[in-house]
Amino acid sequence: MSHRFHHLLAIEPLSREQITFLLDQAKPFQEFQRYPLKKLATLRGKTISLSFFENSTRTRISFATAASRLGADTMNLQAESSSVKKGESLIDTVRTLEAMRPDAIVMRHSSSGAAEFISRRVDVPVINAGDGTHEHPTQGLLDALTIRDRLGRLDGLRVTIIGDILHSRVARSNIHLLAKFGAKVTLCGPAMWLPRELDCLAPNVVRVPVLEEALGDAQVVMALRIQQERLHEPSLPADEYILRYQLTPARLRLARPDAIVLHPGPMIRGLEIDPAVADSPQSCILEQVTNGLAVRMAILFELVAGSTDPQEPGKDSIHASH
Amino acid sequence: MRIVEKRQLMSADEIRRTLERLAHEIVEKTGGAKDLALIGVRRRGIPLAGRLAKSIRASSKAEVPVGTLDITLYRDDLSTVAPQPVVQSSEISFPVDDRDLLLVDDVLYTGRTVRAAMNGLFDLGRPRRIRLCVLVDRGHRELPIEASFIGRAVETSDSEIIEVRLNEVDHEERVVVMDRVE
Repeated sequence: MSHRFHHLLAIEPLSREQITFLLDQAKPFQEFQRYPLKKLATLRGKTISLSFFENSTRTRISFATAASRLGADTMNLQAESSSVKKGESLIDTVRTLEAMRPDAIVMRHSSSGAAEFISRRVDVPVINAGDGTHEHPTQGLLDALTIRDRLGRLDGLRVTIIGDILHSRVARSNIHLLAKFGAKVTLCGPAMWLPRELDCLAPNVVRVPVLEEALGDAQVVMALRIQQERLHEPSLPADEYILRYQLTPARLRLARPDAIVLHPGPMIRGLEIDPAVADSPQSCILEQVTNGLAVRMAILFELVAGSTDPQEPGKDSIHASH
Repeated sequence: MRIVEKRQLMSADEIRRTLERLAHEIVEKTGGAKDLALIGVRRRGIPLAGRLAKSIRASSKAEVPVGTLDITLYRDDLSTVAPQPVVQSSEISFPVDDRDLLLVDDVLYTGRTVRAAMNGLFDLGRPRRIRLCVLVDRGHRELPIEASFIGRAVETSDSEIIEVRLNEVDHEERVVVMDRVE
């Protein structure tokens, strides 16, 4: 089947059909989050390696919870306590992990392309949980699911993304995904984070440096996390960023009245987003977190649950389980 | 190997009359369908549950909510079946606690689907009772599971396949016995 996957490394190579398939597969897992008993045995006996070579709290917890709710066990590697600090190479660390026989490797790394590099050298499915400034595909999918649920569709939306686009893998996954559905994506932020190469990412991507202009007619507004260490004198002090790019209620009124607000977290209230916006009915920030669990359960199910020995399906496979 | 039709087990009219009879039996044995809720097992249990509920409502005046259950996540053969099954939604919009639940499916064979369905229901709460209604019981059980309401019990060989074809899913209405031939 053409929509089936071996790894999940990036949004860019996926087709619309594959993305829609994954979003549809997340649907039953969204319902599952409301069950009183949130524990399945579907992946019982499977082990998921959570290999976080770069610090992460929410994505790691989300994957760990998704694995646990499917009944899988997890093997945790965290950068700060690992042999990475002792100078071991990435491939040696991953080979060591692989020798413990996980059924999938979820990986975050500060180098772009790290997940793909590893996927070519191991026999198990690899899920990219963020690689450098390249992509964060599960974030792209959970954002798309949130948008589709709130607005009822994904096609042809006007989306504005604000902040440090240059360094944001979240922005890249979102741009690739939404552009495949015909979105018009407006990127906004300080010039140093808005290089013109971004225009080449996908069709219908424009850069607008003035937030008030970038928000006009937007149906989806996405504020990115600002890393405070990147805000400093003389290039761009934090006060200046707040003054020009903070998403405030007054600025949000320039977008469509029914526009929704997304933020991948962790969010710094008072820096990139005004608390009144973060807590407004237009904000989907907590839905994003819950949808993240559903998307990650769907991905783990898709990549890990299946047969390791694919065979030609017989017609009786439909009735075999009666 | 080919799969060919061997004989017809039920016509459209026989399916209709069998469901009518099952609906009457269900009302009788569930105290007038008080607290009764039907759960159709995806896929062909869904239209069957819908039709049964309609008849039960007509003869009992009970409300009889209907839910649907997808058992994919509870299957015990996920690591051996190919291609990998697609998960679909379960839609059970009423609390199952203390309900008198009736699982509805088209064919009862090994019992493994029913085992999976019961596990799925337990994740939603604690029903007072779960019973099973099937259109066809073809034998060959691999688990200690039996149906309380059976449309037609039929002797089959291992190589045979019972296909329930319903208008809502298959655009045709009959039950046939298929067989594998070399």
